[in-house]
Amino acid sequence: MKIIAAACAVWLTAASASAQHVYTNADVENGARLYSASCATCHGPRGDMVRGVALFGGSFRRATTDDDVARIILGGIAGTAMPPNNYSEAEAGMIVAYLRGSASRGGVNFTPGDAARGRAIFDGKGRCATCHAATSRTAPSLADVGAIRRPLEIEQALVDPAADINYDYRFVRAVTKGGETVTGRLLNQSSFSVQILDSSEHLRSLDKSDLKEFTVKTTSEMPSYRGVLDAQELADVVTYLMTRRGQR
Amino acid sequence: MTAARTLLVAFLLSASLAAQVSFDRLLRSSAEPGNWLTYSGNLQSHRHSPLTQVTPANVKNLDLQWVFQSLSLEKFEATPIALDGVLYTVQPPNDVVALDGATGRTYWTYSYKPSTQARPCCGLVNRGLAILGDTLFMGTIDGRLVALDAKSGREIWNVAVAGARVEAGYNFTVAPLVVKNMIVVGPAGGDFGIRGFIAAFDPATGREKWRFYTVPGPGEPGNTTWAKDSWMHGGASVWVTGSYDPDLNLMYWGTGNPGPDWNGDGRMGDNLYADSVIALDPDTGKLKWHFQFTPHDEFDYDSTQVPVLADIEWQGRPRKVMLWANRNGFWYVLDRATGEFLSGKPFTKVTWTSGLDAKGRPQHQVTPTADGLVVYPHLAGGTNWYSPSFSPRTGLFYVPTWQDGHATFTKGPAEYVEGRAFIGTFPTGTTLSINGTQVNRRLPGEGHGAILALDPKTGDKKWEFAMNDITDAGVLTTASDLLFSGGREGFFFALDARTGALLWKAPVGGIVQAAPMSYAIGRRQYVAIAAGNSLYSYALKP
Repeated sequence: MKIIAAACAVWLTAASASAQHVYTNADVENGARLYSASCATCHGPRGDMVRGVALFGGSFRRATTDDDVARIILGGIAGTAMPPNNYSEAEAGMIVAYLRGSASRGGVNFTPGDAARGRAIFDGKGRCATCHAATSRTAPSLADVGAIRRPLEIEQALVDPAADINYDYRFVRAVTKGGETVTGRLLNQSSFSVQILDSSEHLRSLDKSDLKEFTVKTTSEMPSYRGVLDAQELADVVTYLMTRRGQR
Repeated sequence: MTAARTLLVAFLLSASLAAQVSFDRLLRSSAEPGNWLTYSGNLQSHRHSPLTQVTPANVKNLDLQWVFQSLSLEKFEATPIALDGVLYTVQPPNDVVALDGATGRTYWTYSYKPSTQARPCCGLVNRGLAILGDTLFMGTIDGRLVALDAKSGREIWNVAVAGARVEAGYNFTVAPLVVKNMIVVGPAGGDFGIRGFIAAFDPATGREKWRFYTVPGPGEPGNTTWAKDSWMHGGASVWVTGSYDPDLNLMYWGTGNPGPDWNGDGRMGDNLYADSVIALDPDTGKLKWHFQFTPHDEFDYDSTQVPVLADIEWQGRPRKVMLWANRNGFWYVLDRATGEFLSGKPFTKVTWTSGLDAKGRPQHQVTPTADGLVVYPHLAGGTNWYSPSFSPRTGLFYVPTWQDGHATFTKGPAEYVEGRAFIGTFPTGTTLSINGTQVNRRLPGEGHGAILALDPKTGDKKWEFAMNDITDAGVLTTASDLLFSGGREGFFFALDARTGALLWKAPVGGIVQAAPMSYAIGRRQYVAIAAGNSLYSYALKP
């Protein structure tokens, strides 16, 4: 695990409204080790492999306080795949420290901008809200992006959106044997069919045997903001997005 | 005694004897094609049914007969036993049910609540039962072995297996193997630093007869392949059922990864007998030979595959071989009398080694790095525990595989603490959770499943049936040259075993993470598959 900068501990306590504890860097590092050896088996290294659960998001579905989280780590969740664990309370606390800290790990080298200016760019010059509206069906709403992404990840998405396309927002192009071209967002696929939200926002299920072309796009629908926004403007937008922590 | 009463007694006796499953019946299972008496259908583990009513011509007329919905949300991985029209299977984690094979109605249920301290790595699962006499046998996820009366579900005995401590991560998920008058099992828990073993038990009492440790102790051959005291938590678990050759009187089992999974620095050496096939004398439990597929494994390439025993013509003469498609991405042909390596070829992209030498030993193995190293196959392997099949009719070896799967392996610290995962740093990969998802939005290059038909004589791939998603499903072939399987996409399907052509498919609504089997009642052939949380049975429309 990477070393967590001292500044991170400050961010941790400041950014986590629900945090009741102040953790040391050693706690975070020990928590990282424990997480890797146990929790990551199911939750994955980024805490997002169990569907619907984002452990590094800083907020939890079944817990509010750090003590709640620690209780779940120790006792498991009955009726789910989350088992009880025989950690000490101190060790459970270290894992909580790691979870709380991970959402902001990418912020170590990030220089904050101005959130108000960032919001103005988001709604105005950047035209981000055109696609990333709360009601959008073709792009993530970003209402909680500050809770589930780190600043450097957001910055990368702005300048190089194709580098890591969100699994849930991949787009496809299909051409039927009848000559119809269907483009849209990939919702699901199997060996025999593909499910799409097409560009007219209709839910379509296509039989693959009826297609003469089918490709999943590796380019992003989102334009790059490299050269469109300068460094300060990018920092402003990232800072604004980090304030969007949503209701989970 | 009156004549009528004599007749009645004779009838009852014969009925009783007919229901008794002797070991002789297991040896000659092909003589009773309507039954499915062992995990893989026969002791050679062919997962091949001699039944022929369903054919490539009529398979399109298969019709759902019944669905048994389990009262469990755990993965349904068990293969049922079929005996005289009754199916016996395990509702995960450890409830046993007896079902009417014609209607799916329940005769009885045996409920077992395992300790909440049980901690299988990958779900509270069970892969099935064994039967001998009138008794069913099951290992539990809390380290116990249970015997049940097949007629009533009554518990006959329930014993704690010595040393299989639940707090230390030991658990039984494997369907036991019956050899002679013994019930043979081994523990899972290779991700928790257990010390693996294979042990034989008396079917009447549950008393242990012998034990072979898959990680040798001090003074035993192989112990020096482990640095210092790393053997104590060396893993080499056992979680897929072995096979038996009565002519050679040898029993074969595959073993799991050495621990910790992804950092071998503390266990320098080959780490015998992890990632190996071992041949044991079932009368003594003594090792006759071993073959290690992946020495000093740092990628979790368990060799917990089903040992498939085939008698084929090899280079112009008959030879008793073992076919083995390994999680490490190679498929092997071994001489099963001696363990001699005959051939080994990659069946998916492999980058962890430059290849195998003349004795089958991998060359130039790579190691995880502190910054992360991309390695093929994926940590879940080129294949895994999913049952393969061998058809004596086609001579082909059928394997469910993952193609183009890779992961990034990072070397991180691993410290043994009892009851905790002892693995190192969990790799990252493009393949989503091993627990599966309901949607598939992956790109083609991110890995997909495929069933391969491999020719052991030539080493060639005869055909490939590619799936869009990956697969955790086993394969069944039949004597009418059909192949049945499924995958994560939630289909159960039939292929032409000679060409790989898709002949029939049925949506089953859930991920197929089990292997199909076939049985008959009267003259009617059924094909059963567990998918999602249910067991489905199909037969031809009347």
